[in-house]
Amino acid sequence: MHPAVLDRWSRGSSPVHRRDARAKLVALLVFLVCLATAHRALPWLAAGLLVLLAAALLWARLPLAAALARAAVVVPFGAVFALISWAAGDPARGLALVAKSYLSALAVLLVVATTPLPALLRGLEMMGAPPFLLAVGQFLHRYLFVISEEARHIRTAAVARGAAARDWMAPGVRFRSAAGALAGLFARSYRRAEEIHRAMRARGFGGRIPPLGEARFRGGDAVFAVLASLAPVALRVAVERVAR
Amino acid sequence: MRRCHPALTHGVTVGALVARFFNSCYREPTVHIPDGFLATPVWAVLDAAAAPAVVLIARRAQRGFDQAQAPLLGVMGAFVFAAQMINFPVGAGTTGHLVGGALLAMTLGPASASVVMTAILAIQALVFQDGGVLALGANAVNMALVGVLAGYLPFSLWGGTPWRRFSIFAGGFLSVLVSAVLALSELLISGVPMPRPMLGITLGLFLVSAILEGAITLAVLESLERIQPQAVRRPRAGRSPALGVLAVAAVLLASVGVLIASQAPDAIQRLTRLPAQEPAAWLSKSAAGLGGLALIYAACLALGRVASRNRSA
Amino acid sequence: MTPLIEVRGLRFRYEDGTAALNGIDFRLDPGETVAVFGANGSGKTTFVLHLNGLLAGEGTVKVCGLLVEKKNLAAIRRKVGIVFQDSDSQLFMPSVLEDVAFGLLNQGMDRAAAIARAHAALETVGMSAAAGRAPYHLSAGEKKRVAIAGIVAMEPDVLVLDEPTANLDPPGQRSLADLVARLPQAKILVTHDTPFALALCKRAVFFQAGLISADGTVEELVSRFDWDFTLGPSKLSR
Repeated sequence: MHPAVLDRWSRGSSPVHRRDARAKLVALLVFLVCLATAHRALPWLAAGLLVLLAAALLWARLPLAAALARAAVVVPFGAVFALISWAAGDPARGLALVAKSYLSALAVLLVVATTPLPALLRGLEMMGAPPFLLAVGQFLHRYLFVISEEARHIRTAAVARGAAARDWMAPGVRFRSAAGALAGLFARSYRRAEEIHRAMRARGFGGRIPPLGEARFRGGDAVFAVLASLAPVALRVAVERVAR
Repeated sequence: MRRCHPALTHGVTVGALVARFFNSCYREPTVHIPDGFLATPVWAVLDAAAAPAVVLIARRAQRGFDQAQAPLLGVMGAFVFAAQMINFPVGAGTTGHLVGGALLAMTLGPASASVVMTAILAIQALVFQDGGVLALGANAVNMALVGVLAGYLPFSLWGGTPWRRFSIFAGGFLSVLVSAVLALSELLISGVPMPRPMLGITLGLFLVSAILEGAITLAVLESLERIQPQAVRRPRAGRSPALGVLAVAAVLLASVGVLIASQAPDAIQRLTRLPAQEPAAWLSKSAAGLGGLALIYAACLALGRVASRNRSA
Repeated sequence: MTPLIEVRGLRFRYEDGTAALNGIDFRLDPGETVAVFGANGSGKTTFVLHLNGLLAGEGTVKVCGLLVEKKNLAAIRRKVGIVFQDSDSQLFMPSVLEDVAFGLLNQGMDRAAAIARAHAALETVGMSAAAGRAPYHLSAGEKKRVAIAGIVAMEPDVLVLDEPTANLDPPGQRSLADLVARLPQAKILVTHDTPFALALCKRAVFFQAGLISADGTVEELVSRFDWDFTLGPSKLSR
């Protein structure tokens, strides 16, 4: 799915969108740890967490089916191991792998689909992540689409000149021309980075990228963080108690 | 635990392997471990190990208080993403694509390459749900830290000698192989089921991916040297080739050693049951495995420092 | 009247030794709009990069009386605003508003004032609605407007536009010309787009092999150097 879709979802408006990024990140971490460390009564816990996440998706006014489908990219990897576990006589383990990986991906998707990436990165910075790494991530995200478009043009041009014709072109030649295309893309990207730096200097760049937004952690965010963190924990405790 | 008919097990294994083959050939030659696969001590320890390492390396790549390098590293990270679209024919109707850790290290330097790879992993986990969030530490250790270092090691030692082309190939080869082997070891220690035949074929696939990465890295770097020669680094000839051979051998041996240790049958059996039952044996096995990982990491770090000291001397 | 820009004997060589500028003399007075013509590789962009100190060569370059040297760079970059040819390389921040405010925040302006000024600049170029959007969603024309807003927000004395109509469709070219005509600053327009230059400029200079070989009205230079693309029976070679 195109990254533009996720970007569009993240710029929507809902009670979840309005929460501070830090609150959502804290809740996400609690959810992930709670799920990762769970071993008992897993099918029930998984079902309960799925309902919880679906409710959150609806509350965030996100398209439910599309979100559930997008998170399913992790399923093929887990399905392979699920099959093997089933063949080895331990289907529970395989299901656990699929369920855990899917629900974790869905939870991450929920947070990223309700928080624009710059706000997310700023939240991470305020929680102690190295700012330089986040700056790199910000530029990566900004130019992901641009450079991918350039790569697509290169590939289209190559295909138009018969690069897909396997019959008459020796694989060695195609290999080298693909390498040449990549080297060209590298050089263009490098040059673009120089242009960006030049544009930054022309507007007085002094060494640190200035942050624009001012994230304030309000009472509502604290309440959200606490409740959203408690929900999966309470669910797990309840499920494990009932299963005993 | 019901035991299934062995033929069924074999059949499913082969089917799963064929699916994995196409999956890995058309998507990722590297393993981005999702959440839910690694045992808690494994992902927790790797997160704890990766965090300070990433902070240190980010500081080193930053070069002072200036964030001027951030656009370059970000754009090159976008390049690595975009490079996945360019297909390299392997024959037999399959294609592969560049992973990029070694290429980045040989053009931007290992610290910057590590930062770029970490940023890529974070974006992949968050935006594309490719790889887990708790597993970021493990994936970072595998691909951004040890993988990049292993990719740079041959080049830093022999990049200035007549063995330059081989060192580039070896760098690409090692970066993918070591990352994949480490990922596999972490999965095995965590008790992820993997019967012998699948393990063998998976390792075979890793070897193919590694060779492909070596070939692609070499081809791209040679092309790049013609159009933008100053982009590729020129390390000065190392002083002791014997040390270099030893270093690379140590990395390979340690990786293989961890792999063998992690698939000791009793470890798997212990872990498929509840961990609460036999803590001592399970702890010692996983400690051994993780200790091995730490050793590889430390070895790469130390040797990398020796190599850079050789170079700057 | 102090000239806004005064260049004397500017020479510049690239690292590999090729001479890009071979002695440029140039002057820009307040209120002027000058077109810069010349073949690709004749030194136009290289020249422009000297005006705010991104490149440094031999000779003197003065902006509003200040010599372009290290200690004056911050002030000079506030007075000369350059809009580069590739808008994607210029709009490097995650959102439109952040990008327009970038220059202001670098100057030390406080956040609220910077945001207000950025909104005003977006209003000037007609892109207020796009403030929260990500740049890659915008069309080429919209990106160019936002890039101009980012420069205009800094309230420079001189506006330099490097190939502004490249990649724009005719309606886009027209609305850009309207916008540029409304901006009060003195302007330097590096362009191949002769109708655009004719519409906006009276004066033009012609670059050839790192030298300014002519300085006159746009019409004079266009006819002297045959710098217009019109197919007519007399111009087609048989």
